[in-house]
Amino acid sequence: MATSNLVEVEDVTFSYDERQVLKNINLVVPKGRVVAIMGLSGCGKTTLLRLIGGALRPNHGEVRVAGRAINRLSDDELFALRRKMGMLFQFGALFTDMSSFDNVAFQMREHTNLPESLIRDLALMKLQAVGLRGAADLMPSELSGGMARRVALARSIALDPMLMMYDEPFTGLDPISLGVIGQLIRRLNDSLGATSIVVTHDVAEALELVDYVYYMSTGKVEFHGTPDQIRAAGLPSLRQFVYGEPDGPVPFHYPAPEYRQDLLAQ
Amino acid sequence: MTGRIAELMRALGARIVNNWVWRLGVAIRFLWLTLRESGPSFRRFHLTIREIYFAGVLSLVVIMVSGLFVGMVLGLQGYDTLVRFGSSEVLGTLVALTLVRELGPVVAGLLFASRAGSAITAEIGLMKATEQLAAMEMMAVDPIARVVAPRFWAGVISMPVLAALFSAMGVFGGYLVGVRLIGVDEGSFWSQMQASVDFREDIVNGFIKSLVFGIAVTWIAVYEGYDAPPTAEGVSGATTRTVVTSSLAILALDVVLTALMFRGQ
Amino acid sequence: MMTRKELDLWVGIFAVIGIGAMLFLSLKVANLASFSSADTYPILAKFDNIGALKVRAPVKSAGVVVGRVSEIRFDNESFEAVVTLNVDGRYKFPKDSSAKILTSGLLGEQYIGLTPGGDSVNLKGGDTLKLTQSAVVLENLIGQFLYNKAAEGEGKK
Repeated sequence: MATSNLVEVEDVTFSYDERQVLKNINLVVPKGRVVAIMGLSGCGKTTLLRLIGGALRPNHGEVRVAGRAINRLSDDELFALRRKMGMLFQFGALFTDMSSFDNVAFQMREHTNLPESLIRDLALMKLQAVGLRGAADLMPSELSGGMARRVALARSIALDPMLMMYDEPFTGLDPISLGVIGQLIRRLNDSLGATSIVVTHDVAEALELVDYVYYMSTGKVEFHGTPDQIRAAGLPSLRQFVYGEPDGPVPFHYPAPEYRQDLLAQ
Repeated sequence: MTGRIAELMRALGARIVNNWVWRLGVAIRFLWLTLRESGPSFRRFHLTIREIYFAGVLSLVVIMVSGLFVGMVLGLQGYDTLVRFGSSEVLGTLVALTLVRELGPVVAGLLFASRAGSAITAEIGLMKATEQLAAMEMMAVDPIARVVAPRFWAGVISMPVLAALFSAMGVFGGYLVGVRLIGVDEGSFWSQMQASVDFREDIVNGFIKSLVFGIAVTWIAVYEGYDAPPTAEGVSGATTRTVVTSSLAILALDVVLTALMFRGQ
Repeated sequence: MMTRKELDLWVGIFAVIGIGAMLFLSLKVANLASFSSADTYPILAKFDNIGALKVRAPVKSAGVVVGRVSEIRFDNESFEAVVTLNVDGRYKFPKDSSAKILTSGLLGEQYIGLTPGGDSVNLKGGDTLKLTQSAVVLENLIGQFLYNKAAEGEGKK
């Protein structure tokens, strides 16, 4: 059903040089939904996001966004498609040499010929949506981590994208900012009629807000289902992940020779 | 023994190819991309104006003060040497030719590399490390067109202006020391200078030199920034490399250009 | 953060100072205004020996710079040096003027001195000067002096 899925990842394999990062990934994101891709650090989540955004190309398989194979687009077509995508980077990635307002207005100025007065209204509207209209004239260095993330969020929805991607949106935030961001992701998705992909390892927050979860481990999709299914699942590695147990299928210790031997060896 | 030598040679060759030849190739391709994506730098000239402010205007003071000092030293040293041959009236010639042909472009270039070049590298490197460039790309804006090209052109435009300023301040410094302080005849100071400084041979060639240095320094600076590993050490290493590489490039290019321009005169 | 207007202003100042510096170098240092290369005419002069004369050496008449040496080459038929002088178009010289290679000061640079003749027709571009006097070569001078001394000595004996 190509029509109801905005993003389809089909049998994708990807490796950086020798190191294989993704193995035969299959994944679909239905229109209008918020889907989480979860997993441990370094399991290839961010890579998957970059493949969907077209920043990387798969070695094998196909990534389709809105029915178009990303890896077969020309640069111009890819850029045209990206105008309909928004991405929130891990630490916001605000342009440090521009004020919050100019950050939000950036895409409007680059991609449209709107008059400055209209851009001002639109940008203030986006800032209002994340509650930071009052911080329009502040520079990124004057914003707290949570505020910077919200400005970046306002920037990524500047052109009302059809697909929103969040790369670890919760990293390094205090509980209040974390809750605010979580709520915004849900609210913006529903009010914009967009589709969202959230890459995260923050289980508790993600399970609250998303519709569907893909759980990845060592470059493979281990499990997928609704949040309730995830909680109920008996998969040991998933259990360990969801409940944050220090030892389990993912060992606490990095592989090493036996401790006693190491101590005795001189 | 021969095996070891062969091993060493091979390692050396691999180093040269990996560190220099390969990087040079990447840098040339990068320059080509920059030139190809230069349209917006001129169509939306305010982008470049902003960078001229950072590369050029902020270097004004250091360039002018250095030029003045260098000119004053030339005045003192030149007088001391020339007076032994009883030809202190050619002091103006000495100061002007030294500055316009050599010291203007070279010293201004070295200062420009350490003042503006390093800043360009650090800025682009930091933008890369904090994913600003990746974010830009995801917003369907080409970072080479939006970030790299305006900085490149700003440097290329600023450098000849700064070199001319350096030379002019230097001549003024030489005048201050030679004429005002030591008391060389003012008339002969200027007339001797004017009699032997040629517009095309000296001024234009000096201008060409500074233009070439400007291209080299800014090219190295934007490339090192764009190529920097996205970490704190990566950016600081790239900044150091910019200053070292562009200083070497200036001095090496100076030899070549001088040999080409002032042959047999 | 600076507004766009302030940036424009500063960059404008930068451009003005830069153009000022370039004008200063061109006009005051190189004296471009009083001696533009556009309106000059070439005159040829043949010398047996040009000494250390260089391209761009000044051409003076009555001590005033009236032009520059633009080219020096060797004529393989007459075995003479052919020097091209670019003379400022404002100055006219009679057809029978003569050129000498002179030295400013004892060890200074060499230049060409033009001595006007009395002809009523002026030199045109491309003309060749008939009367020339070569550079004084110090070694020849000393050699001649010693030879003369020696000859005197011979005579006394």
